[in-house]
Amino acid sequence: MYFARWKVWAIWILSILSILIAAPNLVSEATLKTLPSFLPARQVSLGLDLQGGSHLLLQVDLAAVERDRMANMVDAIRGDLRKENIAFSGLAQDGAQITLKLNDGTDPDKARRAIENADPDLNAVVGADGVMTLTLKPAAIIAKRNAALQQSIEIIRRRVDETGTKEPRIQQQGTDRILVQLPGVREPDRIKALIGTTAKLSFRMVNTDASPTGRPPVGSEILPSERGEQAPAYVVNKRVMVSGENLVDAQPSFQEGQPVVSFRFDSVGARRFADATTENVGKPFAIVLDNKVISAPVIREPITGGRGIISGNFTTQSASDLSVLLRAGALPAPLKIIEERTVGPDLGADAIKAGLYSVLGGLVMIMAYMIVSYGTFGFFAVVALIFNLIMTIAALSLLQATLTLPGIAGMLIAVGLAVDANILINERIREETKLGRSAIASIDSGFKRAFATIVDANLTTMLKMLILYGLGSGPIKGFAVTTTLGILTSMFTATVMVRYMMGLWFARNRPSKLPL
Amino acid sequence: MYYVRLVPDGTRIQFMRGRIAGLVVSAILSVLSVILYFAPGVNLGVDFRGGIAVEAKFTQPADFGAIRGVLDPLNLGHIGLQEIGSPVDVSLAIERQPGDEEAQQRAVNAVRQKLTEAYPGVTFQRVEAVGAAVSGELFTNGMIALGLSLFAMLAYIWFRFEWQFGIGAVVTLVLDVTKTVGFYVLFNLEFNLSSIAAILAIMGYSINDKVVVYDRVRENLRKYKAMPLRELIDLSINETLNRTIGTSMASFLSAMPLIIFGGEALREFSLVMLFGIFIATSSSIFIAAPILLFLGENRLRRGTAPVEGDKTAETPAG
Repeated sequence: MYFARWKVWAIWILSILSILIAAPNLVSEATLKTLPSFLPARQVSLGLDLQGGSHLLLQVDLAAVERDRMANMVDAIRGDLRKENIAFSGLAQDGAQITLKLNDGTDPDKARRAIENADPDLNAVVGADGVMTLTLKPAAIIAKRNAALQQSIEIIRRRVDETGTKEPRIQQQGTDRILVQLPGVREPDRIKALIGTTAKLSFRMVNTDASPTGRPPVGSEILPSERGEQAPAYVVNKRVMVSGENLVDAQPSFQEGQPVVSFRFDSVGARRFADATTENVGKPFAIVLDNKVISAPVIREPITGGRGIISGNFTTQSASDLSVLLRAGALPAPLKIIEERTVGPDLGADAIKAGLYSVLGGLVMIMAYMIVSYGTFGFFAVVALIFNLIMTIAALSLLQATLTLPGIAGMLIAVGLAVDANILINERIREETKLGRSAIASIDSGFKRAFATIVDANLTTMLKMLILYGLGSGPIKGFAVTTTLGILTSMFTATVMVRYMMGLWFARNRPSKLPL
Repeated sequence: MYYVRLVPDGTRIQFMRGRIAGLVVSAILSVLSVILYFAPGVNLGVDFRGGIAVEAKFTQPADFGAIRGVLDPLNLGHIGLQEIGSPVDVSLAIERQPGDEEAQQRAVNAVRQKLTEAYPGVTFQRVEAVGAAVSGELFTNGMIALGLSLFAMLAYIWFRFEWQFGIGAVVTLVLDVTKTVGFYVLFNLEFNLSSIAAILAIMGYSINDKVVVYDRVRENLRKYKAMPLRELIDLSINETLNRTIGTSMASFLSAMPLIIFGGEALREFSLVMLFGIFIATSSSIFIAAPILLFLGENRLRRGTAPVEGDKTAETPAG
C-alpha cells in the first residue's frame, strides 16, 4: 500500500485545487463580482436551455452573392469588349452566368483574352456557334462566398450589439450558416427582424412619366411602397444616385413631432447627392430599402451639405431600428432563419432547480446504497463520488464548456460509471479476501484486477463520446463533453483517491480481516 | 460485519440453460419494436420532423377550444394542444408548414402575435421552429452518430478481446436499441435530440455491463483451462452478478428522483434510462453471453465444448 510522496502531494493538490475552482459556482454572480480578482471566478457556462435565451440558425443565400456580382459586371464587360473593338450582340445575365453572342468574323480567342485580362476572376468559354459564356472561377466563387459570410457575421454582430444583448455568440457554422445565440433574450422578435433585413439602401429618381400599373419603361422598375394606400407603388429608375454604402451615420430624430431618421453622407456621397439634387429640383426621388420605397419626397432645393432625413411611416422604435440597420451596413446577401429555439428564463431557472435537486437526491440514494452495501469502504466510495462531481464541475468551469440539459444527464451517466468502478473494486477485494488472502494483499490485487476492467469499460464509452463530440450538434455535444470529463475524473477518484484513503485507513487500523 | 447483499454468495444460477429462450424472446421484442417504429410510428419531435413547438404560460386556466378558435384563422393545419404540469401551461405542437424554411418563421410569428392579442399577459416559455432541411440534417446526423459509435465499440472490443466478443456485444446493442425505440412508441414519448442522447447513454451503460462480464470470461478462460465454455460463462456471470445487480440498483436509485421531481424534460429522459438499465442488465446475461457461447463454442474452447443435452454439462459447477 505504499504511495510515493509525490503522488500523495498530487492527490491533495488536485483535490484542493478543484474545490477552489468549483467553489465560485456556489455563489451568485453578483457576489462573484465583489470577490478579489486573484481568486478563480469562473462559473460553468450554462447552455441556453438552462439559462434561457434564443438560438437562431441563419442560412446565407450565397447564390445571391454570385448573382449580384455578375449583375454588377454586365456594364464593365460591355465596356471592355468595346474598348478592344470586339463586335457582339445579346449581352445578358442569367443567374450566375453572363452570355453574349460574338459577331461573325470575330476572333474568339481575342475576345476571351480581353475578358480574362480585364477581370481575372472570370472564366470565358466560346462555343462553336459563337456564344460566349462567362462564369466566375471556382476560386473566385469561394473567395467571394467566404467574404460574404464573414461580412454577414460582422454586420449581424454590429446590429445585435446595438440592441444591448449581453454576451451574444455569433459564429459561422458549416459553409453557409451562421449561428446566433442570445442569452437572456425572451422575445427575439425585434432581433429577428433586425437580422432578417438586408438593409440595402439606395436613393433613386422617380419616373413620373410612367404609370406604376403598366409595364415599366427601359431602365426603370416598379417597386412597392411602404406608404400603403396613398401610393401603393412607384416607377423608379434602376440607376442609383447614391447608395447606402456612402452613409457614414444615421440617427433617429424628430421633425415636426414625427419620428424620422437623419443621416450623413461621406464626401463622395455628398457630392453625388448634391449633383443629383441640383439637376432635379422639383422632381421626386425615392428612398429605397430592400426594394421597397420608404418615402418619395420632392426635391425643393439642392441638398449640398451631405445631410438629409428620411421620413416615412415611422414609430419611435422603427426609426431607431432603421438607424441601427443603416449604421451597421447592408448584408451582402439575404438571410433566412432556418431554426429558432427560444427558452424563457423562468423555464430555464425551473429546469436547473428541478434538475439540480433531482441529481442531488439521486446522489444521496447512491451514497446510502454504497454505505449499506460496503460499510467503511462504501464510505470511501462516497467521498470519491463527491470529489468526482467537484472535479467535473471544476473542469467544466475551467474549460468554459457549456452545460446543457442533456449535459446534466451525461453527468449522471458518469456518476453511474464511477459508482460501477467502486462497486467493481469492492467486489474484487471481497473475492480476494474470500480466497484467503491477507487484508493488504486483497486490497492490492483487488485494485489491480478491477483496474483492467474499469479501463476497458470506460475507454469504450469515452471513445464513443469522442465520436459524438466530433459529429454532434448542440445538445449532443454537451452530453459528450460532460460525460467524458466525468469519466476522466472518475478514473482518478475511483482508483487513486479511494486507494489512498484505504491505505490511510489500513495504516491506522491494521485489521487482520477486511470489513467486507 | 454483515452488509446488505443483493445476491447471496455462492449463487450458481445456470443462466445458459435459458439461452435459447432469451434470444428468442429478445428477437421477438426487437422485431415488434421495429414494426411499432413504422406503424403506428414513432412520435418524432420538432427536432427531427420540423415544425413548431410552443410552450405558453397563460394567466388563467387555458380553454383549448378558445385557443383553437384564436389560431384557426391562421390555417396552420393540425395543432396539438396539451396541458403540461398545470392548467395554465400549455404546449402547442404545430406541424411543419408547407413551403420554404421561412414558412415556419412566418407561422411562428403569427402564432405569437395572435396569442398575445387574444390573451394579454401570456408568456412564451419555449418556442422552437425548425425547418425541413435542418430537421432532416439533425436526424441524419443523429443516426450517423448512433451508427458510428456502434462501429467504434465493435472495433474496440474486437481489438481488446476476440471477434466473438465484439459481435456478441454489438448484436446485443442493436437489440437493446431497437427495444428502446419500441419503448418510445409504446409510451408515446417524444423522439428528439435528447432521445439520441438517452439511447447513447443506454448504449454506454449496456456496453459497460458487457465489458465487465466479458472481462471475467476472459480471465476465467485463462484460469480454468479445461472447463467447458458453457459452465465457464455461467460461472463468470455468477461471479459478477453482485456487481451487475448492485450497479443497476445504484443507477436505478439515482434515476428515481429525476422521474419524480426532474421536470418534464428530464422525466422522459429518466424513464427511458430506467428502461435502458433493465434492458442492458438483462441483455448482458441473456443475449450477449449466449451469443458468445454460440460463436465461441468450438473456437474459444477447442475440443471441450459440451454436447447439446449432455447431462454432465448441466450439473452445477463447484
